[in-house]
Amino acid sequence: MAKIAKIEVKEQGLIASMQGFFRTLLEKGDINALLVPHRLPVKNTVMPTLLTDPEKINGADPLAPVFPINAAKVVSKLTRRPAYGRVAVVLRPCEIRAVVELVKLKQARTEEVVLVGLDCLGAYGNVDYLRFAGENGNGSTQKYFQNVLSGKGTAWEGIDISPACKACEHPIPENVDLLIGLLGVDTNDHILLKANTPKGESILDKLRLPGAKEPEARKRAVDALIAERSAYRDQMFQETSEATADIEKLTSYLSDCINCYNCRVACPVCYCKECVFVTDVFDHEPSQYLQWAKRKGAIKLPTDTVFYHITRLAHMSTACIGCGQCSNACPNHIPVMEIFRTIASYTQKAFDYEAGRSVDDEPPLSVFREDEFKELTGGKH
Amino acid sequence: MEEFQPTIIAFVCNWCTYTAADLAGTSRLSYPPNVRLIRMMCTGMVDPKYVIKALLEGADAVLISGCHPGDCHYINGNYKARRRVKLLKEILPRFGFEEGRVKLTWIGASEGVDFAATIKEMVSEIKGLGPNQTREKMVI
Repeated sequence: MAKIAKIEVKEQGLIASMQGFFRTLLEKGDINALLVPHRLPVKNTVMPTLLTDPEKINGADPLAPVFPINAAKVVSKLTRRPAYGRVAVVLRPCEIRAVVELVKLKQARTEEVVLVGLDCLGAYGNVDYLRFAGENGNGSTQKYFQNVLSGKGTAWEGIDISPACKACEHPIPENVDLLIGLLGVDTNDHILLKANTPKGESILDKLRLPGAKEPEARKRAVDALIAERSAYRDQMFQETSEATADIEKLTSYLSDCINCYNCRVACPVCYCKECVFVTDVFDHEPSQYLQWAKRKGAIKLPTDTVFYHITRLAHMSTACIGCGQCSNACPNHIPVMEIFRTIASYTQKAFDYEAGRSVDDEPPLSVFREDEFKELTGGKH
Repeated sequence: MEEFQPTIIAFVCNWCTYTAADLAGTSRLSYPPNVRLIRMMCTGMVDPKYVIKALLEGADAVLISGCHPGDCHYINGNYKARRRVKLLKEILPRFGFEEGRVKLTWIGASEGVDFAATIKEMVSEIKGLGPNQTREKMVI
């Protein structure tokens, strides 16, 4: 039975109470540092920030509806080798699921990490967020949460949360030590804090917070949100499948690609240290381009765009956790996430795999069974 | 009108299927000349992008053929190849490449007859499917 406590909100508001909790966590939780989305003093934007001084927490804003990068990449940097210190990392559910994938790829470790997950109510794209937040960062976060939790929705003046968030059926963090619960909770009074693991429980004990119960409304709220998002996702799968059903459609879908590889850089689970597409394998001879052009009469440049995307689908769609950072990073607004999630739904199902579900599931292409997929060779052995 | 002649790119392993192809030749077996063999040390080193590239460049089909399960010179390369073919068969048909355009077979070193028969059968299958959609399209 998970231990549950509450973080009092009352008149100080959501953000300040959350910051108060982080201060307590840093002071009493037996951790050396805290990684949390933090409003940058130089500009009104939010980036993962590693904090050791409780006094510096007054810019922490993990509720801001934005995540300019998938912080699993940062967690990977912090944990790939022993850091000789324990870090509590505050992440969105998709970031945690990416950490799970990276752990399996030996590119992150959780031994020295306390995973703190928040209920995720979605995020705007980077550019949209700056417009939404305007000059008043904290105020905009408050506004967002009031709107969403009171049922007014996520849209604001023609902008809305990213399609990845709308299609995300994992708003509640899994595989975390501590869970910060907002959905179905009376957030004017308190926020829920749940310890899901022995590690989490031992920290919760140290914090000496008042106990609480999970309200009945929570399950209903969570189920309703998941149902809404799953419906959006299925619609998206169908539309994307239709939009990419043959090579002509796929080429047109990807025609704005300029080979900047931002989607690959932003992808938390694109695991190669050096991508083959930036090696000299793709430094074609000038005469090669002329040959291609001659064979087909015309050739679009840059080449290797469709090839790049299909190859990336083959390499990492089984690990795609659907965070949507690929779309967020695309300078030409190609719906990259949509095609990756759509194809991933098939590739993951084929291997009975779900990216981010558990560190115990083996990545499909890292293993094999002797007795499988015999239908591929006509049942012959 | 001339009959459509498909081009099939075959990635065959050095130890089994390539040797079988050699045997087919030395045994004077005939099979259609539509296949272009690429000898690999193992099917386990056929990266999915080789298959993707071949199909995007206008090959009408790709054959991957290696040792029977349990016979791999490198113990388990063919099992890895099988997972990758499974993966490709999930991805490529979504973009309009018919499933039959990627084929996996196990042909052992002594099975020259099997090799010739497999090529014959595959050529006739691909003739049935018609040319790959990328033959004329501007896709790279």
